Amino acid sequence: MAIIEASNLSMTYRLGDIDLHALSNLTLTIEKGEFVAVMGPSGSGKSTFMNILGCLDRPTGGTYVLDGQEVGDISRDDLAGIRNKKIGFVFQGFNLLPRTSALENVELPMLYAGLSQAERTKKAMAALKSVGLEGREHHHPNQLSGGQQQRVAIARALVNDAPIILADEPTGNLDTKTSNEIMELLVKLNNDENITVILVTHENDIAAYSRRVIRFVDGALVSDTRQEQRR
Amino acid sequence: MISFSSTFKLSFRALRVNKMRSALTMLGIIIGVGAVIAMLAVGTGASSQITEQISKMGSNMIMIVPGTTTAGGVRMGAGTQSTLTMDDAAAIQKECSAVSAVAPVHNGAAQVVSGHLNWSTGITGTTPGMLEVRDWPLSAGRPFTDQDVRSATKVCLLGQTVVDNLFGSADPLGQIIRIKKIPFTVIGVLGPKGQSPNGQDQDDTIYVPVTTAQKKLFGTTMPGMVRVIMVKAKSAADLAVAERQINDLLKQRHHIGPRQDNDFTVRNLTQMMQAAEQSSKVMTMLLGAIASVSLLVGGIGIMNIMLVSVTERTREIGIRMAIGAKTWDIRYQFIIEALTLSMIGGTAGIAIGLGGSKVLSMLAGWPTVVSVPSILLSFGFSGLIGIFFGYYPAYKASLLDPIDALRYE
Ligand SMILES: Nc1ncnc2c1ncn2[C@@H]1O[C@H](COP(=O)(O)OP(=O)(O)OP(=O)(O)O)[C@@H](O)[C@H]1O
Ligand SMILES: [Mg+2]
Repeated sequence: MAIIEASNLSMTYRLGDIDLHALSNLTLTIEKGEFVAVMGPSGSGKSTFMNILGCLDRPTGGTYVLDGQEVGDISRDDLAGIRNKKIGFVFQGFNLLPRTSALENVELPMLYAGLSQAERTKKAMAALKSVGLEGREHHHPNQLSGGQQQRVAIARALVNDAPIILADEPTGNLDTKTSNEIMELLVKLNNDENITVILVTHENDIAAYSRRVIRFVDGALVSDTRQEQRR
Repeated sequence: MISFSSTFKLSFRALRVNKMRSALTMLGIIIGVGAVIAMLAVGTGASSQITEQISKMGSNMIMIVPGTTTAGGVRMGAGTQSTLTMDDAAAIQKECSAVSAVAPVHNGAAQVVSGHLNWSTGITGTTPGMLEVRDWPLSAGRPFTDQDVRSATKVCLLGQTVVDNLFGSADPLGQIIRIKKIPFTVIGVLGPKGQSPNGQDQDDTIYVPVTTAQKKLFGTTMPGMVRVIMVKAKSAADLAVAERQINDLLKQRHHIGPRQDNDFTVRNLTQMMQAAEQSSKVMTMLLGAIASVSLLVGGIGIMNIMLVSVTERTREIGIRMAIGAKTWDIRYQFIIEALTLSMIGGTAGIAIGLGGSKVLSMLAGWPTVVSVPSILLSFGFSGLIGIFFGYYPAYKASLLDPIDALRYE
């Protein structure tokens, strides 16, 4: 079953007199449970693509159907609702709330989903445990290493049982060893929970964890290959 | 939608991060609310003092004095020095239906001696009706009677201040005092009344029968002449009627034609006092309004800080939005934050206001009355200010673009 169906997606930024085509005519289908790596040179439109997939931004052309729902012209708040329930974001810079404990960071999506405090705490503790951060619940981001912070972000991404994790260069700020640990965690989630993972990376080593690699050049999809997953 | 208690916790945490800044921002509201409460307390104190004085002065009082009143002030009626008489008073009592009591007054100042003590005070010659006109009960002894008036007996009633100065704590009843060297028997003591609305000590007085004052103390230029006639109307509603009846009656008795000026003036004392009361209320509102300006300035301070805070926390807002915060989740969060600031400030301001009005009344010797409505008003007002001035920053925050906010450095 296709969880992501993009047809003729395009994104054009107007910069003064010239139009900048950050994405042009992109058609792509991603099935539930896939592990996709998005690659391409800097400025090729990878982040733009991810922002559209994540309902953070709206394409200027084409249609995007997420989990059976066309999201082209739904309201701002409905988009927020979709982000809350269907998408878990993992960013290069972690994007955790400062001066806020790991536990509370992980509770955040459930806060906006309207869960009670007791439920939030319970699920957040479980999520932190599943990413191997048991005992670190009350540490603040500045008391955690980069790898640990990214684990908190992953826990936050999966705590609302989102079917999709979107990761824009999740290992960009981490060393090789930590990067591999994070990737193994994502592979595990992909295998065990059947979570669809789409990640942007510049590194072939990281892309090797995926089963499908798509490449962008100047906003256009230039290749789409399937491969054996490195374990 | 995110729950109120969660939002409140969020805002409390955010305010704690910048303790000093939050405290300074609150200071504006604290001072504003404190000033409003203290100013209203001063104003309310003044008007309640006037109200109290009015009720002590006696209610529904009308005063008739000789001479005419024009816009330019008082001037005497042509050829008549003092035109009111005992007979006028009697006629008012008999013929004006809206009048319940009448008291002619012939007064003056005199030296009073008791034993080796002496005291200068005002002597009021009047009739027993005076005590009713002025709602003035005796604290000891008996009033003088109509018989005392008819036979001009040398008896007197002393005000509390006179008793204090001539007798101290001794019992004055039955004692002899000398007014202008003439001996008078003290038969009663007037109950303490305190200050009049214009600041005079009403207890610094001696009442004697009006005839005694005319014949033995101050004399008259014509027989039966009095300086003032005090009248009490039957009720507040009868005041205007009584005024008109007296006016008509005296015009007729004094043979004043329609074109001529009156040779007397009828003053509605109660109305005058009510006007004073009214103006003190206006004063109170004015003080409150001036103080609310500082509250407004405090509100602007909140808005300023909230705008700074929204800018500083743009990234946080972006993260919240990416994770699923809706427009109102964000807006609500910042409004509640501003509200928390202003309400904590408001609560502290109430304490400051209460303390401040105490200090003011101690330093200045004014009575201050902190009314519950003034507390509720300024508390509610500070809440409104929080919402009003917090709304725009919150609105701005809630409309940020999630991607721009996430990228914000
Ligand atoms: N808000 C914007 N306004 C104008 N141009 C934009 C905006 N966002 C992106 N672009 C442009 O769109 C193009 C694609 O940008 P994008 O961020 O998607 O690249 P990327 O593939 O993620 O690059 P990198 O690997 O460096 O992260 C770039 O040329 C960029 O300058
Ligand atoms: Mg990018």
